[in-house]
Amino acid sequence: MKDIEYNEAGQFCSGHNACAGCAEALSMRVILNAVGKNTVGVVVPSCVAIIVGAHPRSSAKIPFIHGLLESAAAMASGVKRGLVSQGKDDTTVLCLAGDGGTYDIGLQALSSAAERNEDILYVCFDNEGYMNTGGQTSSSTPLAASTGSSPLGKTTRKKNLVEILAAHRIPYIATASPSHLSDLSEKVTKAKAIRGMKVIIVVIPCLPGWGIADDAAVKVSRLAVESGVFPLIEVEDGLRYSINSADKTKPIDEYLDLQKRYRHISDSERVELQQDVDDSWDRLVARTKM
Amino acid sequence: MNAPIRNENLQLLNGNHAVAWGVRLASPDVAPLYPITPQTPILEKLIDFKSADLLGTEILTPESEHSAMAAAVAASATGARVFSATSSQGLLLMHELLHYAAGSRLPIVLFNVNRTPAAPWGFWPDQIDSLSQRDTGWVQLYSETPQESLDTVIQAFRIAEASELPVMVNHDAFYVSHAVEPVSVPDQGAVELYLPKVDRSMWLDTDIGRAIGAPIGQDGWNRTRREMDAAMQTIVGLTKDAGKAWGEMSGRPYAPLELYRCDDAEVVFVTMGSMAGTAREAVDRLRESGVAAGLVKVRLFRPMPMADLHAALADIPCALVLDRNYSPGVGGVLHQELMAGFYGAENAPRIFGFLTGVGGTNVPVEMLEKLAVDYRQAKQNNNPIWVE
Repeated sequence: MKDIEYNEAGQFCSGHNACAGCAEALSMRVILNAVGKNTVGVVVPSCVAIIVGAHPRSSAKIPFIHGLLESAAAMASGVKRGLVSQGKDDTTVLCLAGDGGTYDIGLQALSSAAERNEDILYVCFDNEGYMNTGGQTSSSTPLAASTGSSPLGKTTRKKNLVEILAAHRIPYIATASPSHLSDLSEKVTKAKAIRGMKVIIVVIPCLPGWGIADDAAVKVSRLAVESGVFPLIEVEDGLRYSINSADKTKPIDEYLDLQKRYRHISDSERVELQQDVDDSWDRLVARTKM
Repeated sequence: MNAPIRNENLQLLNGNHAVAWGVRLASPDVAPLYPITPQTPILEKLIDFKSADLLGTEILTPESEHSAMAAAVAASATGARVFSATSSQGLLLMHELLHYAAGSRLPIVLFNVNRTPAAPWGFWPDQIDSLSQRDTGWVQLYSETPQESLDTVIQAFRIAEASELPVMVNHDAFYVSHAVEPVSVPDQGAVELYLPKVDRSMWLDTDIGRAIGAPIGQDGWNRTRREMDAAMQTIVGLTKDAGKAWGEMSGRPYAPLELYRCDDAEVVFVTMGSMAGTAREAVDRLRESGVAAGLVKVRLFRPMPMADLHAALADIPCALVLDRNYSPGVGGVLHQELMAGFYGAENAPRIFGFLTGVGGTNVPVEMLEKLAVDYRQAKQNNNPIWVE
């Protein structure tokens, strides 16, 4: 075990509104400190909007506009163009949204901003469902996971947003996890220095939504990475894939067993899920060699 | 237009190109735009200006009107001067953002070309697209001619930035948007003096960790609407000031209402947009035939300049409201506004509501002449009347 040096710049304040034990707040702290002071934030309805806080308080030291759910990328584009038009070219625009606001209702605006290669840093906190409204299925909810609107388990796969974004040939796409904070911080720093559209998708195990223990968010997200369910990757210019975490080292069993949302699955479904993860991993590895 | 026209720098422009000229002169910082018939010539002309280095505006062309207005809202929140343009379905798609823009007190100027909404599909002049947005908190102005559209879009920025309310200017599809007329284009320097850039740097500022639009309690939300109400109370005065100052600069003064031959009138038409041109012609013919007719053109619809309307109609026994729109189950929107505004007033005129030209059907001058003759002495009838 080794201590990690962490540069705490104080850009995220205590007393925020996240659930106790939520890894999204932890990720927010790392992201806001990495992105720095000269930043304007856009946040849309999601857990992260709640974490930023209600009027007149704010947990962030940067300004935020609380935008509309389907408009995250469009509003971030507008902020950037507004700043540029007033000579503030060097200000980073940081857009924070959940998976509902990214994979579902915000996908159209996201695709448009990606196609225009807007100079924004878009972070999706992916807790694989509409967790802020009490836990319903989104198109990011994985196969077999139960939610309030898929009590018997979702019958279709999680949408592959990385590949959708890669098809737009934007300069930078990455995935990250609160279990690998140095990796997250480095990716934010790297993305900030790139001109054009950058998207980072951060896996966020939702304590009530996934049915996990209050102290297990980081552990579950680490297992998501280590089992290959949520690999840490970078995609540059939509073409160059790289895997930033160690190889897939674990079966999915421990990852599944810590969550209530998979409690109902049969042994055969478990085998199918493992096969699906293995196949996805193989395709990813093949992409890194292209 | 009833004002003396100063014929300087005349160009042959259609209504939409006149709007684009007005926008060029107002020089917004950002303009998110999405094409839709019959607004598209505004977008194309602005991009022509931009491509020829005649316009410094940041133009972005997102995938929908929803994103266009979302970008407009966000850009305005950085302190930028922002313009957008749309029509019909586009305005309806923007609806959610219209509430947001007004609630955030963002002085965006939007030009809307009035067109029938689907279903069924149609591309015809009808004002229900913008009238159905009347509760969103936007100031609404209606223009009759290309010249008025150019002049009004510049005045709209002045009204918006003084009140911190968004302003929507409307003209009718094709009748105004594509009608070509000689238009006097003002001098850029004169417009810059008329419309100086306002410092709105108190908005999204990297030195202040504050949020715009964050969730708020009931009392706070209630207060935002009281503050909007107070701002709305200033709009009639600001519109008068903007129109008067414009007159001093250009020779073309404007007011919230335009009165035409209303002195001693026994019957007046009350209408908005291109219908005013037809009604003005009908007034002239009626006067020639001995009927004392007049016209009240409503230029500022929201907020309705009700005190001015009361003054304008004080001695007039009969008002015929011509609505090129239909609110199902109610009737004409302008008719309803007048009925509400005159309810309980002493010496109120008899007010009739006519559904004329709904869906862009032709309204000949003779039709209006006949209405005046038939209804000038008729008994009060509150029901909307379809005119064929």
